[in-house]
Amino acid sequence: MLRIENLSVSYGSRRVLHGVSLEVQSGEVVALIGPNGAGKSTLVRAVSGVIPVDAGSVRTNGTDLLALPSMQRARRLAVVPQAVSMPPAFSVWETVLLGRTPYLNFLGQTSAADEETARRALVRVDALDLAERRVGELSGGEQQRVLLARALAQSTPILLLDEPTSNLDLHYQVSFMEMVRSLAKQDHLAVLVALHDLNLAARYADRVALMVAGKIEAAGTPRQVLTPELISAAYHLPVQVVPHPFADALLVLPGNK
Amino acid sequence: MRRISPHLLSLFVLLLAILLSIAIGSVFIPPADLWRVLTGQPPQTVTRAAVIVLTLRLPRTALILLAGAALGASGAAYQGVFRNPLADPYLIGTASGAGLGAVLAMSVNWPYTTAGLLAIPAAAFVGALAAVFLVYLLARVGKTVPTTNLILAGVAFSAFATGLTAFLMLQSTGELRRAIAWLLGGSTFTGWGPVLVILPFLVIGLGGLLLAGHSLNVLQFGDDQARQMGLPVGRARTLILLAASLATASAVAFSGIIGFIGLIIPHVMRLWFGADYRRLLPLAMIGGAAALLLADVLARVVMAPQELPVGVVTALAGAPFFVWVLRRAKNQGYW
Repeated sequence: MLRIENLSVSYGSRRVLHGVSLEVQSGEVVALIGPNGAGKSTLVRAVSGVIPVDAGSVRTNGTDLLALPSMQRARRLAVVPQAVSMPPAFSVWETVLLGRTPYLNFLGQTSAADEETARRALVRVDALDLAERRVGELSGGEQQRVLLARALAQSTPILLLDEPTSNLDLHYQVSFMEMVRSLAKQDHLAVLVALHDLNLAARYADRVALMVAGKIEAAGTPRQVLTPELISAAYHLPVQVVPHPFADALLVLPGNK
Repeated sequence: MRRISPHLLSLFVLLLAILLSIAIGSVFIPPADLWRVLTGQPPQTVTRAAVIVLTLRLPRTALILLAGAALGASGAAYQGVFRNPLADPYLIGTASGAGLGAVLAMSVNWPYTTAGLLAIPAAAFVGALAAVFLVYLLARVGKTVPTTNLILAGVAFSAFATGLTAFLMLQSTGELRRAIAWLLGGSTFTGWGPVLVILPFLVIGLGGLLLAGHSLNVLQFGDDQARQMGLPVGRARTLILLAASLATASAVAFSGIIGFIGLIIPHVMRLWFGADYRRLLPLAMIGGAAALLLADVLARVVMAPQELPVGVVTALAGAPFFVWVLRRAKNQGYW
């Protein structure tokens, strides 16, 4: 599980996260939603130890992740970034194998066990047939799956995803989120995924956290958080929330400004 | 190209370049004589050849080989650290700093002894490090060093150091005029002395770079992702820059400012043999050595008996060669 407590972050003198607290249980998908600039990506970067924090802690089973050296942290928490500007010349196989970095010495020699882990990660994201291809030749959806496989190869109990569906078409958005959800359930991973698309959050998250101006405004089941009142106030736009016509989920429909 | 081992192929080319470099010059050494001298059995008939080979050609070949290896490998490392295809030993001011250091050492005391020689790579290394440090300082914003800032600061520093070097030379009289040929990448220095004094710098620098392949691979995904994959980014980058600066300084110390090798060779190797830095670094080393040796052979024969500065040849031959390789590359997404 992942327990974020009272996390505060500043860029220069401007505070962008104000005492954020959030819990993700193992086997649970939590969607982090909120308008642009609310601090979703900042939270992902702070939790993964990329930027310094002013205060607060990020714990898993009592260990403070932010106090660990980056190698130790990368064995507990992996991040799936957006698939933009990936080094195009690496093969898919080389890229996924780099996920084993936290277990390797500085020479990066991989063992047969490391290769088996990377191979299984590729199988999990249904991309084993891409192994020989160069990353630069892949579609956006394929690249995003490769990054997911790289994160899985880190063999961590916690997975963070930073708007992984932003550049994907409809088909890939749905199949990617289904993949993430089944990973959380089958491998018992704690998954925190920042999402722009409220309807993807409604359909694939166990719980939703709404972030506005660097604070968690509301957290709970999709039905508790995706209410017209909370969403309208957060996005400054009237919205209606209706039942999905054929899936067990909600649909958030934006109105006119 | 994929089937032959790239290492064997490039080592073969390097061997050929070494033999050419020893055989060709103002006096041509026939292969049979060359073989006898190199296997240590110089009969009376080839003593003249033996003298040329052992006292002139071999040390020059060794010096050029080492400089080429250093430039190729450090170019690959700079491109990797800054994730910039234009990066080379000159970009962040390392080579210009090393050049300034070397010229300062020469202007204080023209080296006639081995101890005097040692001062040149040492000063070049200090110059290179001072350049990196100063450029880092100038480029720093808070606790981070954005790549763009680093490159801009490096270009500015380079211009300043190059100007200062030119000024020092214009002010100079006598021996330092010889440094002008050196600056263009000439072989002002002869004998085994230069080779011996740069060797320790080079072994540490190139050794460090050979160990850095995996870290460079991880760094290609950017600082954020590299940290998230568990790489201690700051420490890795500092060590790689130190090693690359050591290598650059030892190349500049006695071979002067030789352009294009550090820029082109890593690209050519990447195009031909892939982007994995664990393979790319040794290949850039071998390729850089072979390319600079061949350029040096050209420099000796094109206008014989006059010798061209090798830096002129690397630029004149390197640029069209590079364009040819780029145009032939079917896979445009190599970088």
